[in-house]
Amino acid sequence: MTSAEPLIKTKELVKSYPMGQQRIMALDRVDLSFKEGEFAGLVGPSGSGKTTLLNIMGSLDVPSSGSATTMQRRIEALTHQEAAELRNRHIGFIFQTFNLLPVYSVFENVEFPLLLLGCPAEERKRAVMRSLELVHLADRHKSRPSQLSGGQSQRVAIARAIVKKPAIVLADEPTANLDAENSHNILQIMENLNRELGTTFIFATHDEKVIGYLRRKISLTDGRVSRDEVIQNNTERTG
Amino acid sequence: MLVLRLAIRNLIGAGLKAWLNGIVLSISFLAIITTQALLKGMYEQTAESMIEAQLGGGQYWHNDYDPYDPLSFQGAHSEIPEALEEMIEKDRATAVLVIQGTIYPEGRIRPVVIKGIDPEQHVLNLPTQVIGQDSDPIPVLIGYRMSEATGLQQGDSFTLQWRDANGTFDARDAKVSLVMKTSVQSIDVGQVWVPLGRLQRLAEMRGEATMIVLHRDLTDGPQLDGWSFKSQEYLLKDVTEMVRSKSMGSLIIYVLLLCLALLAIFDTQIFSIFRRKKEIGTLMALGLTRGRVIKLFTLEGAMQAGLGALIGAAYGIPLLSLFADKGWTLLETTDSYGFALGEKLYPIFTVGIVAGTTILVFIATTIVSYLPTRQISKLEPTEALRGRML
Repeated sequence: MTSAEPLIKTKELVKSYPMGQQRIMALDRVDLSFKEGEFAGLVGPSGSGKTTLLNIMGSLDVPSSGSATTMQRRIEALTHQEAAELRNRHIGFIFQTFNLLPVYSVFENVEFPLLLLGCPAEERKRAVMRSLELVHLADRHKSRPSQLSGGQSQRVAIARAIVKKPAIVLADEPTANLDAENSHNILQIMENLNRELGTTFIFATHDEKVIGYLRRKISLTDGRVSRDEVIQNNTERTG
Repeated sequence: MLVLRLAIRNLIGAGLKAWLNGIVLSISFLAIITTQALLKGMYEQTAESMIEAQLGGGQYWHNDYDPYDPLSFQGAHSEIPEALEEMIEKDRATAVLVIQGTIYPEGRIRPVVIKGIDPEQHVLNLPTQVIGQDSDPIPVLIGYRMSEATGLQQGDSFTLQWRDANGTFDARDAKVSLVMKTSVQSIDVGQVWVPLGRLQRLAEMRGEATMIVLHRDLTDGPQLDGWSFKSQEYLLKDVTEMVRSKSMGSLIIYVLLLCLALLAIFDTQIFSIFRRKKEIGTLMALGLTRGRVIKLFTLEGAMQAGLGALIGAAYGIPLLSLFADKGWTLLETTDSYGFALGEKLYPIFTVGIVAGTTILVFIATTIVSYLPTRQISKLEPTEALRGRML
């Protein structure tokens, strides 16, 4: 894939859910594309369709109509297995509630995506420790998730998302459960990773702190893209 | 391989819950194994006692002989065939003459089966040498159950009456030479053992017998006119049937026990899938296919059986070894069950019983673990991610 081709592209993307006799339109004819190395955010109030769009781009969900293409794979045409493979190889997820596997150690949580990829043990160990160093948690690799603070847990989730060097990281409200200091901390880490590794980060957020870091802000209102702006020098960072 | 590693990690991580399930399963394991071992011990012990004291390697019966019809005894005798006579001379077989009779202990009347046996025989493990002297009163060997039923003790005399080959009633005084302790009821209850030669003379059945018992090493013999060969298997048919009926009763108990253990596994699985919904969503988001998630959860459940087997082995091997060594002291009432068990029952633990039970529990646990996981196949990753994590 050349750098000119978008990593993600949606065309006339519609997602609707049945609710009683009616259908709720979560996404309404969304046309978007994301290029390699973007640090973009889907911004909007609750119910505007941010998470739904993120899920479809991440092959966790399928469009009702229209199309979504991620890494040149049409999401609506993928089987469950193909979708799982796409997520496994190319996409890292960061969730609002961290979603660390509770019975695994920090090391094992970060190691998990590499296990799925069938990486050799030595390579896994190196990659996991490198990722943990990037999020400044190498010394906590033996800890259990229950022994970590919220900020540390989210840093582990970031390490898990980037350990396989994915092309895309999708972060759904990554700072919602964190205080300001921790939020800035993890956002700076993600910004650095974006710059150093060239990983594309796409956020779903309504947090002003996150918005302050974005270089592209896509505003969603009632499932539609109401504004798509590139921010050259983001000076909106809030405390 | 990956799913197995994850399942092991999850099982270890599950902590107390996994241990509790393992303990419940281990109890089921041991209960099933012990029940089967007891039944096997019951059969083997009974069969061994009966082979030693009554059945030998097999028996030739006179064609008219029916042990369940005393009226058949009167005509069920004839000369011992030459082929069997040779075996008797070589101590490879022994003849038994069976006739119907009556005894009058302390003036009371009691029907009995009179069995004549060579006092010098070594085919059956019976103390027949105590009736070796050809004297009056007739020396008689009885079992302790017969002694209890009639009040006859060693040294007691009583009147023994029978009908000879011509249908004439005759009677003599008899004296109890020994009250033998035997676990085999069918050589004891309602029976008196007398010297074969004496009975043949008194009953006018010289050189005749009702059955020929072969040495336990001989499990087959020639075809003989007027006689039919009954194999050990045939002679033990009643015992086999009784053990089978006991097995059915035990089966119900261990099916119930197994169901309880499986219910615990099923419950844990259902709870686990509900409680770990978000974890399932996360695994899917990280790239684990639904099929592998189902495999993972099924394997986790099945591994409970493995844990149960390990826990069971840890305390079961020493406990059951001790049990096999010391046996189980039986109550006196057990004698009325009809098994020749003696005072103690020794369970027999075989590789077949242990392996069979382990495989059975593994299969049952795997099926029970799999059933709830089918829900996962209907679960969308986005729905699962909305579930509760902890």
